[in-house]
Amino acid sequence: MQQINLLLASLPDGILLGLVYGVAAMGLTLIWGVMNVINLSHGPIIALGMFGTFLIFIKLGINPYLGLLLVAAAGLLLGILIYLVAVHRVINAPHLSSLLATFSVNMIIIGLGTAVFTTSPYNVDFSMGSFKIGSLTLLGTRLIAALAAILVTGALYLFLYRTRPGKYIRAVANNRAAAELMGIPSMRILALSFGLGTMLAAISGALIATFFPFSILSGSGYELKSFVICVLGGMGNPIGALLGGLTLGVLEGIVPAFLETSWVPVIEFALFILILLVRPSGLFGAKR
Amino acid sequence: MTVLLSVQGVTKRFGGLQALTQVTFDLPEGQILGLIGPNGAGKTTLFNAINGAYPPEEGRITFRDKDVTKAKPYNLARMGMARTHQIVQPLNELTARENVMVGACFGREHQSLGRAGRIADEVLEFVGLAPRAGQLASSLNVAQKKRLEMARALAAHPFLLLLDEVLAGLNSSEIAAMVQTVLKIRSQGVTIIMIEHVMKAVMNISDRIIVLDYGQQIAEGTPAEIAKDPRVIEAYLGDPKLAQRLMREA
Amino acid sequence: MKNWQKYIGLFLPLLAVAALVIWPTITGKAATRESVFTILKAIALVSSLNILLGYTGYVSFGHIVFFGFGGYLGFYLLSARDWPLWIAILLGGLGSGLLAFLLGKAILRLRGAYFALATIGVNEAMRAFINKFEPFGGPTGMTLNFKVYQAYGGAAKALEMCFYIVAALAFLAIILSYIVRTSKFGLGLLAIRENEDAAEVMGVVAPDAKTWAYVLSAIIPGMIGAVFFFKNGNVEPPDAFPLHASIELLVMVMLGGQGTVLGPILGAFAYQGMRGYLVTSPLFKNIQLSVAGALLLLIVLFIPLGAVGWLRQRATVLRRVLT
Repeated sequence: MQQINLLLASLPDGILLGLVYGVAAMGLTLIWGVMNVINLSHGPIIALGMFGTFLIFIKLGINPYLGLLLVAAAGLLLGILIYLVAVHRVINAPHLSSLLATFSVNMIIIGLGTAVFTTSPYNVDFSMGSFKIGSLTLLGTRLIAALAAILVTGALYLFLYRTRPGKYIRAVANNRAAAELMGIPSMRILALSFGLGTMLAAISGALIATFFPFSILSGSGYELKSFVICVLGGMGNPIGALLGGLTLGVLEGIVPAFLETSWVPVIEFALFILILLVRPSGLFGAKR
Repeated sequence: MTVLLSVQGVTKRFGGLQALTQVTFDLPEGQILGLIGPNGAGKTTLFNAINGAYPPEEGRITFRDKDVTKAKPYNLARMGMARTHQIVQPLNELTARENVMVGACFGREHQSLGRAGRIADEVLEFVGLAPRAGQLASSLNVAQKKRLEMARALAAHPFLLLLDEVLAGLNSSEIAAMVQTVLKIRSQGVTIIMIEHVMKAVMNISDRIIVLDYGQQIAEGTPAEIAKDPRVIEAYLGDPKLAQRLMREA
Repeated sequence: MKNWQKYIGLFLPLLAVAALVIWPTITGKAATRESVFTILKAIALVSSLNILLGYTGYVSFGHIVFFGFGGYLGFYLLSARDWPLWIAILLGGLGSGLLAFLLGKAILRLRGAYFALATIGVNEAMRAFINKFEPFGGPTGMTLNFKVYQAYGGAAKALEMCFYIVAALAFLAIILSYIVRTSKFGLGLLAIRENEDAAEVMGVVAPDAKTWAYVLSAIIPGMIGAVFFFKNGNVEPPDAFPLHASIELLVMVMLGGQGTVLGPILGAFAYQGMRGYLVTSPLFKNIQLSVAGALLLLIVLFIPLGAVGWLRQRATVLRRVLT
């Protein structure tokens, strides 16, 4: 009986968190869908998003949700930079090369981050109160973050389907050679897509910073979650990523009712392997 | 005449697409069977089904009296089946000689490295690539890469050789040379199925021809019979009356 | 090709390692022995990873897991069970081999990028698991009772012995790498690397070959782990499964040139040398990981075949000699 109560308590939280995880995963799956590159620097960029909120709030005193725009812009620019420096040269090489290239960027960021911030945990003490619905208590930060996640998803869809750059991105994702033949500047579009992907990662990091303490190394845990969500939802499928995020969030809400929370990474990893083996196209269908 | 390969009612689906429907034929030892049909007819898919790359949903395939419907490509190689690919698949960072050695080492005869090397030299000589034995496979041109594929397949001394468009992209003198090579291979006792689009060559060299269209077997017979078959003409030209008119006007 | 030319590919690396082993005796300094120990350990680890990465073409981001697992297993047998060092080392290796076998059954059927992704999680999952595993000491790990060293003539003598064991393992790793490279099995691996589907069509039983490559690449790291932690005196999860070690292994393999016997050795030597310098310099100490990352990026972007690979491309003669 006690477990059911625990479940009811942690489930809504899981759903709200899941939406934020979904945003992170969307960034990863977008890059994969457009250019067939798995961005292994995804984790540290999430961590940078966390630190972005920290710096903006603690050092500059700006409301984290306004600061979100700054973090998003920074994430976008960082992604474009990473693409131009590290990824563009190996975009047509075997997958291994881009994996190693983005992995290197991962290490570079972590190394620099450790030097600047050390590995001690940081905290953004920001409370938006809490709301009681019946016997459930929902934290304000979670609700706002979930709302932000939904807004971001909506904005992404508007961008991809209602603007010209968005259309170019979808064209390049569909068939890069044909898009180039039609005059679409593929390098710029690829850089933009990569930047969008990292922007989403940074945004999710900024939101997560309002929930939990973090360090420069926290990114890797969320990177693993993003991978799991992406294979759950199907690589290259943004809606799948959101749904996958919800699924994972729900799972994370359920697990603590039965097992110690430190088992979560092991379970997530096992799930990851299981899906890759059984249904590599994801539960919701992959783009490719 | 022993039957080397027997294909019975082979059907292959890819999701909603019916790639092959009830393909059935027997292949006697020593025959050269031509497999023709318009693009997308399912010819390479049939090779993939025979070769174990994409097992069929229905039907049976028997090779040398053993049921190989669900067999894996490497098992079939061990049993004496070899194939070339429509789009060449060279082992790029290995030399031509090493490429061919792989065929000899892991094929039917399972040779040691030493003997595989000697076989590789012989086979490269046979296909005319001996001077390029030490070159990396990636540095060969398309015609040479096709010969390399054939050499790799031959090095295993297979019983059955599946050739997928070996003549594509070759000029007429290269085609003539390749046709001679194929005949030489058959004279050494190898049974051959050839997928081809170069009509003149395949009509001249095949003992028998099977025609596929949209995954179905629409005709089977000698080259002469096939050339006159209205269904075949319709498949290629789309309209039998048009074909008749063209023939009358020719 | 004359016989002796064929064996240069083996003798050159062995000679290089022999020179390394003798070097501390020449300088007479204990610090040199420590540096060479680290280099020899790297050579053994990197040559082993090369069997999977260089020959078979499967990138493993978490290969250090075999070092850690073998280390833990060996240490456990030594300290909790009081078994002799030799058996601990051997079983550390075999245990890692078994782990590779089981892991391989699950993940080797994944191709290319997906396999690499799976290996990323392996290290973290193993660390999380060992953290909870009480018989192995959980998060605090295990410590060796000093009296264990007495059985080997005291701590100092034990340390010296470890040096020679690691040297022997480095030799073993090179010989194994050479044997695989020049064998029929190795040819099959290279075929898989170049084009796995074509290799299967030609008769290479890819699933079995890959499993064997994975197992072989795990055994020596397991043995190295056992020796290392015996020498260390204690073992803890972050030491056994260090995050940065995976990238360092990758850098070393690719710097020297994956797919060759000599490459990993050069890479290990060059990288450890550079790292030794970085660690002592106050400026670079903290960003060690960044430097490794930047180095890997440069290699991937500009010399993907590594030093030895680059040399091999320059002349056919070199290609035959520098296996």
